Amino acid sequence: MKAVLAALSCGALFGVGLAIARMTDPTVVIGFLDVFGDFDPTLAFVLIGATMTTAVAFHFVLRRGRPIVATQFQLPATRTIDLPLILGAATFGVGWGLAGYCPGPALVGAGAGIPTALLFLPAMITGGLVHRFVAARFNGMSRSTGISESNS
Amino acid sequence: MSSWLIALIGGVLIGLSATGLLLFNGRIAGVSGIVNGLTKRSSGVEWVWRAAFVAGLAAAGGVTVHLLHQATASPARLPVLLLAGILVGFGTSLGGGCTSGHGVCGLGRFSVRSLVAVLTFMASAIVTVLLTHHWFGSVA
Repeated sequence: MKAVLAALSCGALFGVGLAIARMTDPTVVIGFLDVFGDFDPTLAFVLIGATMTTAVAFHFVLRRGRPIVATQFQLPATRTIDLPLILGAATFGVGWGLAGYCPGPALVGAGAGIPTALLFLPAMITGGLVHRFVAARFNGMSRSTGISESNS
Repeated sequence: MSSWLIALIGGVLIGLSATGLLLFNGRIAGVSGIVNGLTKRSSGVEWVWRAAFVAGLAAAGGVTVHLLHQATASPARLPVLLLAGILVGFGTSLGGGCTSGHGVCGLGRFSVRSLVAVLTFMASAIVTVLLTHHWFGSVA
């Protein structure tokens, strides 16, 4: 129960952060990606603020032996830079550039009742299912990670 | 307040959220992975924390959008929007992460793998916007 409340609170904080930062506005996101056109660099500060925080805080969190309401830390084990990683990231980038949605902001948009996010979300979930279906049949398409549930 | 400072504050909140999920639940706050996990066969507890994170994200984020900004839709036309969704879902599952997992968390862990992923999806997204908005007119 504590783990569920912690996850709920962290999810809420994440959503509020995305909304404040305007990551949830696809036109702002596309403006950020439009480096060779009408470039708006503001969103770079979202990544700077977030990674500066995790870079410092993760260090102290991981010095603890275990998390507060779980038995152990579950971190991605793989360090290999392989083809699925590159192909997957490149494919994700194309979709991100086309719609202006990555997974977090798409969820927030759906929560806000924005029609394009409500349409994007089931397509995104389908895409993940399609990958797992394909990966189960062809080894070369398997997920780029060392453990079954991890990063992302 | 200047827009870059607001963006920075939003980013810090996202970083604190990722820190909280690691500190309390021992998990990486990667949204694509958490969502993907909801469609996998897993134990009830495993499913419920993921659902809770997603519900909190969508509800609190959705309310904040309406409080602070005008809710803006994606400019992509319907077929492009659906194709984009499939590519994002497929790509993040194949590459094991998205902006939050590889970006916020992976970079925070100084993971070279995540750095490569971030540089790759940033580059491909920038090229995609260049092609769709400048070279081919407004296909999206």
